Amino acid sequence: MKTLRILQTPGGDDGQGTVPPSAFHVDEHEHHDPAPTVQLGFWIYLMSDCILFAGLFATFAVLSQNFAGGPTGRELFDLPYVAVETALLLLSSLSYGAAMLAVNAGRRGAVMFWLAVTFLLGLAFIGMELNEFHHMIAEGAGPDRSGFLSAFFTLVGTHGLHVTSGLVWMAIMMVQLGLRGLNPTTNRRLMCLSLFWHFLDIVWIGVFSFVYLLGAAA
Amino acid sequence: MSMIFGKLTLKDIPLQEPIIVGATLFMGVVAFATVWLITRHKKWGYLWNEWFTSVDHKKIGIMYIMLAFVMLMRGFADAVMMRTQQAVAVAGATGYLPPDHYDQIFTAHGVIMIFFMAMPFVIGLMNVVVPLQIGARDVAFPFLNSLSFWLTVAGAALINVSLAVGEFARTGWLAYPPLSELSFSPGVGVDYYLWSLQISGVGTTLAGVNFIATILKMRAPGMTLMRMPVFTWTTLCTNILIVAAFPILTVTLALLSLDRYLGMHFFTNDMGGNPMMYVNLIWAWGHPEVYILILPMFGAFSEIISTFSGKSLFGYKSMVYATMAIAVLSFIVWLHHFFTMGAGANVNAFFGITTMIISVPTGVKIFNWLFTMYRGRVRFTTPVLWTIGFMITFTVGGMTGVMMALPAADFVLHNSLFLIAHFHNAIIGGVVFGCFAALNYWFPKAFGFTLNERLGKASFWCWLIGFYVAFVPLYALGFMGMTRRLNHYDNPAWQPWLIVAAVGAGIILLGIMFQIAQLVVSVWKREEYRDVTGDPWGGRTLEWSVSSPPPFYNFAATPVVHDIDAWHDMKKRGQTGVPSHFAPIHMPRDTGAGFIIGMLCIPLGFALVWHIWWLAIASFVGTVAVAIVHSFNEDRDYYVLAEQVAEIEGRRTPALAGEA
Amino acid sequence: MSAHDMQAHASGHGGHGSLRSYAIGFVLAVILTVLPFWAVMTGAVTGGSAVALVMGTAAVQMVVHLIFFLHVDGSSDRWTLLSLLFTAIVLVILVGGSLWVMYHLDHNMMAMPMSMTE
Repeated sequence: MKTLRILQTPGGDDGQGTVPPSAFHVDEHEHHDPAPTVQLGFWIYLMSDCILFAGLFATFAVLSQNFAGGPTGRELFDLPYVAVETALLLLSSLSYGAAMLAVNAGRRGAVMFWLAVTFLLGLAFIGMELNEFHHMIAEGAGPDRSGFLSAFFTLVGTHGLHVTSGLVWMAIMMVQLGLRGLNPTTNRRLMCLSLFWHFLDIVWIGVFSFVYLLGAAA
Repeated sequence: MSMIFGKLTLKDIPLQEPIIVGATLFMGVVAFATVWLITRHKKWGYLWNEWFTSVDHKKIGIMYIMLAFVMLMRGFADAVMMRTQQAVAVAGATGYLPPDHYDQIFTAHGVIMIFFMAMPFVIGLMNVVVPLQIGARDVAFPFLNSLSFWLTVAGAALINVSLAVGEFARTGWLAYPPLSELSFSPGVGVDYYLWSLQISGVGTTLAGVNFIATILKMRAPGMTLMRMPVFTWTTLCTNILIVAAFPILTVTLALLSLDRYLGMHFFTNDMGGNPMMYVNLIWAWGHPEVYILILPMFGAFSEIISTFSGKSLFGYKSMVYATMAIAVLSFIVWLHHFFTMGAGANVNAFFGITTMIISVPTGVKIFNWLFTMYRGRVRFTTPVLWTIGFMITFTVGGMTGVMMALPAADFVLHNSLFLIAHFHNAIIGGVVFGCFAALNYWFPKAFGFTLNERLGKASFWCWLIGFYVAFVPLYALGFMGMTRRLNHYDNPAWQPWLIVAAVGAGIILLGIMFQIAQLVVSVWKREEYRDVTGDPWGGRTLEWSVSSPPPFYNFAATPVVHDIDAWHDMKKRGQTGVPSHFAPIHMPRDTGAGFIIGMLCIPLGFALVWHIWWLAIASFVGTVAVAIVHSFNEDRDYYVLAEQVAEIEGRRTPALAGEA
Repeated sequence: MSAHDMQAHASGHGGHGSLRSYAIGFVLAVILTVLPFWAVMTGAVTGGSAVALVMGTAAVQMVVHLIFFLHVDGSSDRWTLLSLLFTAIVLVILVGGSLWVMYHLDHNMMAMPMSMTE
């Protein structure tokens, strides 16, 4: 039994002679900067996260009137409270921006300070959200009460989980900054975290507009 | 006890079912024998160092394909059981499979074949081929690649655990509620389904991100988008679909999990839930998924038909645009899976028309392949036979699909065996044939020797004939009114057709045995089949410009691309030798983090299925901890010195040169 | 006030803003947040126009955040823009399509919200 192979092409496989320079790209100092690739990869991950939230928003929209005799958004939502939550997140976006400006300026102390501010603002946001959830559940308006409340808790809670993982990430970055300072690796990660954090603020615009404001206005 | 074991008790091991006990014993014996052999030959260190911790895209790709093969065996065993059951279970005879077991079998068959056979095979092929085709050293994120693979393994392992401990879902492969809700499926079967798909789904999404970044950012100099090989193009479009569609699956399954675990009401019948929303969401993922599977195969067929016709692909640009058109259109056809749910004439008409439109770019591709063969000097090798078998079979499958795109016809054919025949016609004729064509085509690149041709052809003919014998009767049965997923039926007129279908499954089994024989014989005679040139078929793309198997760094020097068929162009211009000097090569370091995280996901999934909360928390904390520790690891890459490259190249170049 | 004014605006996205761009973005974001909250909380705008106002300001604010906080604009990597565009298309298809399909399903199958079937 014979294997089928070796279609010789003219000029192929003589292999001895050196090759005209255009055939290969022998890079003497080949070390591509990984930052643009990492940033693009992270951005694409964010796009997939965006579609995940789109699925949750679509579900919320479909179930938004299914109260099952339970409380409606109009009865439940406390808009001044949501306004404070929104302010916290918006301020944290600004403080993270300040952290990135400090990164660009190479000032580690300032980066640490602004990351700490952002962390506290994010923590306060999560605290307020947990408090809101706790009150709703205590009033009998938990996620198992109706389709509407299931969708509400899941959409808002998923955003909250993202913020929480952002906080964990931020804490790790502060540790790494403390140990290693600003270097290409930490800079790259801080930039990805920046994208993540600002992205979560954009998702929150959707949450407060479509869930809270439209729910209360309806 | 329930604190420690959750819902799990000894009663959950199905000792009363002889078939399951037999299958479990068989799996146990195989696993034990494997472990024993590895230990005896002292190969654990080798496996750990060379495979488990490897971030080399070629090895990860090979492991993906091995996983796919193992799961193919399991999925096919399910298929054979269904065919034999239906061949006998008429009227008074009940067959040998009780309904609750039969329902698990058809669910497992679908889930395994799509998620754990087709997906790993496709992603494995991308891993082996794409970095080589674009002249890259590895994928963009090698650690992430390893993590993706081990998460897929964890999902597959969880499904296999469900065979021995507890049960699998009895809901069909998409687990429609309300049947899959806690009130109608109180067992752990649906939970196994949910967690195994969630874990492997995360891996798939990460793989999608990885390949998009790889293709967009790591192409060799000169390889513009419109010079990318078609397989790379279809891989790009597929991964865009993965990244855009898999999050929808994640959400859908997560919402069903919340219903089951926290008593929420997304898809329940009462309390404001809406089961139809699940069907809507899961198909918004499910239809793109069909194209996620078939698009890379379109790419593989294009490479094969062009290589073995000795011509460049006819209509390269139209192929690329057709692929992009399919990728976008695949997002606006999902409702054709539930025309009968009652969305009404306007909605059904819209989705019926879009479904018909999406067949147009696919038709363009068929014509491109035909025109590539036209006036070419076609060599009828095994990959070409699979490709021609595909073109005929897939066209038939596509046409029966267009029939069902008519909502009025779909109302008659929905959930009948006609539908089953249609999608097997498309998936076996398209994806499975594509996998085997690609396997025969790229095997020498991955392993350094070609596969036996005669056994390959024998397996092709068995598969092709077996496929038609098995599935044409199902078209007829569909017209006769037989619905899918029947464990037993009363109409004796159906039985002859079902017996023929079972014979068809037997012929396919013969085909699989020929494939195993082909692998064994080829490994046995690997010295005779050795590919010393690196280019056994007269290939046209860059993967054939390096030795088989390629050195771990792929390219001693990054190639510069001047044309679509870059390697063909180099051969034409006589630029096939070795570079005159070498530079240090920057490579990623192996890491065990991906393996450990993946393996921790097995107890995580198991604990979530059985409500063993302490174990769930512990394994979850473990995965996060490993990820964090890995983020502190800065020793992630290294340089292969120029002298080392020169030495490795020196060892393999005489082999290349000596063959001329 | 356009994004092109930003001096420190380098290629790619993320991180390379200037204090000015963050400040402009913040002020715009505050305005676009306060406006819908004010309208709904005071009841100054109601009904369909309230819905339009909330959705309109939300859309504009998302764009503002993208430009001034995530620094996605004309000078970004083209894949960033293309992937954003594609994601937006899928998002519209998924949300809009689901609502369209589910509205018709509810209508035809008479699955009224539970609040109406008591």
